[in-house]
Amino acid sequence: MSKVSDTMAWIDERIPLTATWNKHVGQYYAPKNFNFWYYFGSLALLVLVIQIVTGIFLTMNYKPDGDLAFKSVEYIMRDVNWGWLIRYMHSTGASMFFVVVYLHMMRGIMYGSYKKPRELLWIFGMLIYLVLMAEAFMGYLLPWGQMSYWGAQVIISLFGAIPWVGDAITLWLRGDYVVSDATLNRFFALHVIAMPLVLVGLVFVHIIALHEVGSNNPDGNDIKKVKGADGKPLDGIPFHPYYTVKDLVGVTVFLIIFFAIVFFAPEMGGYFLEHANYIPADPLKTPEHIAPVWYFTPYYAILRAMPDKLLGVMAMFAAIAVLFFLPWLDRNPVRSIRYRSAAYKAILAAFVIAFIILGYYGMQPVTPMGTIISRLCALIYFGFFVALFFISKNEKTKPVPERVTY
Amino acid sequence: MKKMILSIATAPLLAAATLLVVLPQTGFTAGGGAALEHFSPVRTDRALQRGARTFANYCQGCHTAEYQRYSRLATDIGISEEDMSKNMIFTTDAEGAATKVGSLMTNNMSADYAKKAFGVVPPNLALVSRSRGVDWLYTYMKSFYLDESRPLGANNTVYPNVGMPHVLADLQGWTKPVYHDDGEGHSVLDGFQQVTAGTLSPEEYDSTITDLVSFLDYLGDPNREARHSLGIKVMLFLSLFLVLAIFLKKEYWKDIPHN
Repeated sequence: MSKVSDTMAWIDERIPLTATWNKHVGQYYAPKNFNFWYYFGSLALLVLVIQIVTGIFLTMNYKPDGDLAFKSVEYIMRDVNWGWLIRYMHSTGASMFFVVVYLHMMRGIMYGSYKKPRELLWIFGMLIYLVLMAEAFMGYLLPWGQMSYWGAQVIISLFGAIPWVGDAITLWLRGDYVVSDATLNRFFALHVIAMPLVLVGLVFVHIIALHEVGSNNPDGNDIKKVKGADGKPLDGIPFHPYYTVKDLVGVTVFLIIFFAIVFFAPEMGGYFLEHANYIPADPLKTPEHIAPVWYFTPYYAILRAMPDKLLGVMAMFAAIAVLFFLPWLDRNPVRSIRYRSAAYKAILAAFVIAFIILGYYGMQPVTPMGTIISRLCALIYFGFFVALFFISKNEKTKPVPERVTY
Repeated sequence: MKKMILSIATAPLLAAATLLVVLPQTGFTAGGGAALEHFSPVRTDRALQRGARTFANYCQGCHTAEYQRYSRLATDIGISEEDMSKNMIFTTDAEGAATKVGSLMTNNMSADYAKKAFGVVPPNLALVSRSRGVDWLYTYMKSFYLDESRPLGANNTVYPNVGMPHVLADLQGWTKPVYHDDGEGHSVLDGFQQVTAGTLSPEEYDSTITDLVSFLDYLGDPNREARHSLGIKVMLFLSLFLVLAIFLKKEYWKDIPHN
């Protein structure tokens, strides 16, 4: 035996290294018909790594202090070697994380990846999304610009709408009567330690859950049902090397887009880095127009569409919460959109369009017309889940093939 | 079928992307209602040197450009640190010694004095090109006019009742705005009429403002050149790598039979 296999044998007697590699990579059989939509899982993992690594380097130079935070960010941008690159990668990564995660969720919805037996996989994914939103929200306060400050002020004050305990909760969250140094410090602690730890843990569980039940595919059928003489799924291929080399293509295309933004348009016209955030936080001066970053705006639009603040806050949280119940709201056993009814396709299209329009109006100042359109779109947003519940009960679907389309 | 679903699903995303690109930049029209002139910054060393000179002579008495260091500026606009110290640094430190070239671009005006003189501390201008935008700055610097009702004798059509006096009045001279009625009771700004001449012709003044705003643009984003030149290299590398990655994928996937 060679030195290498000796060493591997030595390790395998102590920890299951080869077995783990085979279970999750080397002999993890994935359907061979993955399309464009299946890149976003591995891309989300890539962005997570980018965020953690750039975040570590930012932390080395950033000062979580009401008087120093804004200055320290500019210090990173101007005086720290390659600081601008690290910081723009982190700020672009935050937005791209949501781009990738939204597309990943869209994939899950289109191909019914949340359905039996993948309900827990979906729920872990939703928890990741929830923690990611908290992580992004807290991270956005750290540059301590006007939009950081007032964005946090507005969002935290939403909890004040909760009857009886609202004010106590906002006080507890901020650690002060206004957003202040105390808030900045706790958000920093949560952003760099608490949330990333939870996030990494959830991602681990998400992948374990995936590998336990196996990947869904664009046809939504079960590749484990059709096995060859060797006991391997006929339509399955080992993740490595086939999907590692395929994902390498996806990763490269993603990096081209990612670095095009980092190097040529890091502000993305004010959508990734808002213009008002180049003014240091000033508790005495409210900006003319406060809008959250683009990835929160659909929910912000739902909040503002409601005539009453408490109702708005409830609607906003309900809009996220309802997604958790998707595996049980969709009662049709057919997974993929390819074999589902025209009615289903229509409501899904309406849902996606409503979500995007809400995202747009969430960025705009309030206008009577905007409020009417937001209300309509909020209705479509929630209407999708109601319609889905009824349509999916007796839906006329096409027959799902035994084998995948490839 | 596969293609169709892909296109159905991607259409809204494409629409969203278009929306992001086409829509005017939200939240970027800070203050005032006047139309802004389009401005393209000039990034030559000569223009930035002239802009820096105007900034040091006319702006830095009241404003700072903290976050930016003189030494970094010297390197970026192509002058020596000695020339920088001799020609651009007029301030002193707490002991009364001349400010060192490695220092941040501050000034010697105390916050108390500034508040007494102007009511507010004049803002740090290091990032003003990123919060206001260069179009705003360019138009603002050309929109001061004589207004006896203001404490410092000047007003501005872009930023009405601004606390800042017309610091460049010596150069530009004084102007007054010309309005016409749009028929619905709103007066619309046509332009400015020269009242008294300055030491510069209107063309020379425009050129001074072009250099100054180009300099402010540099102050807001001093790494832009480095970013762009590295960016092109990264794009080239990734494009080549993409070709290799595609060939590698094709080579491996040859073994996978179609159903």
